[in-house]
Amino acid sequence: MATEGEQSAFFPQDMAKTSGAWLSADGPESDIVFSTRIRVARNLAGFPFMSQADADTRAQLVQTLKAALTETGHNLTFINVESLDELDAQLLVERQLISRELAQAEGARGVVIGEGESISVMLNEEDHVRMQILHSGLSLEQCWDVANELDDDLEEQVSFSFDEKLGYLTACPTNVGTGIRVSVMLHLPALRITREIQKVHTAAQKINLAVRGLYGEGSQAMGDFYQISNQVTLGCSEQDLLNNLGDVVPNILGYERRVRDLLLRDNRSQLDDQVARAMGILTSARSITSEETMHLLSSVRLGVNLGMVTEVSIATVNELFIQTQRSHLQRIQGQTLESDARNEARAAWLRERLSDN
Amino acid sequence: MKKCRHCSRRATLHVTEINDNVAVPIHLCDDCAHGYLNGSNAPEDEVPTQAAELAAKLEALVADEDEECSNCNISFSQFRDQGRLGCAACYDEFRQDLMPLLENIHEDSTHAGKRPRRNPGQSASESQLVHLRSEQRKAIDREDYESAATLRDEIARLEAELHNFPISTAEDSND
Repeated sequence: MATEGEQSAFFPQDMAKTSGAWLSADGPESDIVFSTRIRVARNLAGFPFMSQADADTRAQLVQTLKAALTETGHNLTFINVESLDELDAQLLVERQLISRELAQAEGARGVVIGEGESISVMLNEEDHVRMQILHSGLSLEQCWDVANELDDDLEEQVSFSFDEKLGYLTACPTNVGTGIRVSVMLHLPALRITREIQKVHTAAQKINLAVRGLYGEGSQAMGDFYQISNQVTLGCSEQDLLNNLGDVVPNILGYERRVRDLLLRDNRSQLDDQVARAMGILTSARSITSEETMHLLSSVRLGVNLGMVTEVSIATVNELFIQTQRSHLQRIQGQTLESDARNEARAAWLRERLSDN
Repeated sequence: MKKCRHCSRRATLHVTEINDNVAVPIHLCDDCAHGYLNGSNAPEDEVPTQAAELAAKLEALVADEDEECSNCNISFSQFRDQGRLGCAACYDEFRQDLMPLLENIHEDSTHAGKRPRRNPGQSASESQLVHLRSEQRKAIDREDYESAATLRDEIARLEAELHNFPISTAEDSND
């Protein structure tokens, strides 16, 4: 693992052109399920939480955790987020490796990333440790197995704050107990087109599940992506939380598929037209905004799943959702681009990627 | 009490919208009602953030007096403002005020998940560590370097006990 201050293992320009393994669309149900993510929040015993940690304590936390993570034997690379410029930190946000909060925070902080980007561990975010496991498709158990093992391995090295009654102690009381958030990212264009999506919101809220957009807390449902996750962390086991989502998600998938069938039966020509237009614009535009790209990629993704588009793979579409964002485009191009130039670079990258296949 | 559909605060505006001949009741708080009436209604798929929900729950908390955590010195009102506790000991120090909040958020108050494999019953030395660090900071502030050095060694000893890492001093950690 690279030592503090070194950025030798992090080449933003190379990273921007590749994709995390979780975008490969090879997981179960990955026509609709974009990804499964498990986040585990932990704090080191004997250190104050972040709000009370001074600069020295923050630095010591990063150093201690980095050393402990190296000892776990997982093949991990440390990136010193404190020393990154805004664009490179944003690149990691776009790849879902770190949160906006970590990117924008101050003081010693970092992220440790595993091969294929399916493991990332944020250091000094809201809690000292935020482990994240990200897999393609609906992979609740597999994600938890990896998270649980990493948690155990790290716990061999350090002690976490734990209370007999309250479980793992976190800076925010909303995470206390298991400290885990299980989320499944769903692509639900048919439910959005038919305005049935509100029913999913209502049903999820009734059973204490939250529905959010692509980039989590407070974000909009861009590209028809909806993230469903547990809200409660105290009073139920990790397996209960997995089961809750495991019970609900197939129902939503079934609902989305039924509505897709209905759309095909009753509105086939309209849908054909929408998908073909989306493909037409994405493969020929000379300038395109991020918002329009998300919207059109969503139609193409639906088109690929319904067999209307055959020349593009789901994996390519998944990757384009990430690579057409502002930091990725600039790192791919190797230069800083203002808004207009970015829209042109985005259109060029879309033409290149979509005609490759 | 009806909650606002956007942020879960107490709803004060109650209207019924007719969409495709279906009556849809809408409940909004003062702030969101203002946006709604001025035409800048939040999009349909916007949901209340957990942070906003927590803020609303915290607002409802009124501590009798503004206690302070004896370990990290954060006050209960500071916690209420930022929604983040200062250290693990805060859970004990503010337990009385926190329990109703935890039950409100989680509808439960007892952990039922995994436990550390190693002995977690070290909370006494944990609290002591946080306390010593705070004392060390104060000693440095008043330029009492002798006390600060003694505290530093004591912290290193406790840390080594608590975690598996070798005893290190502040000088080492600046390498």
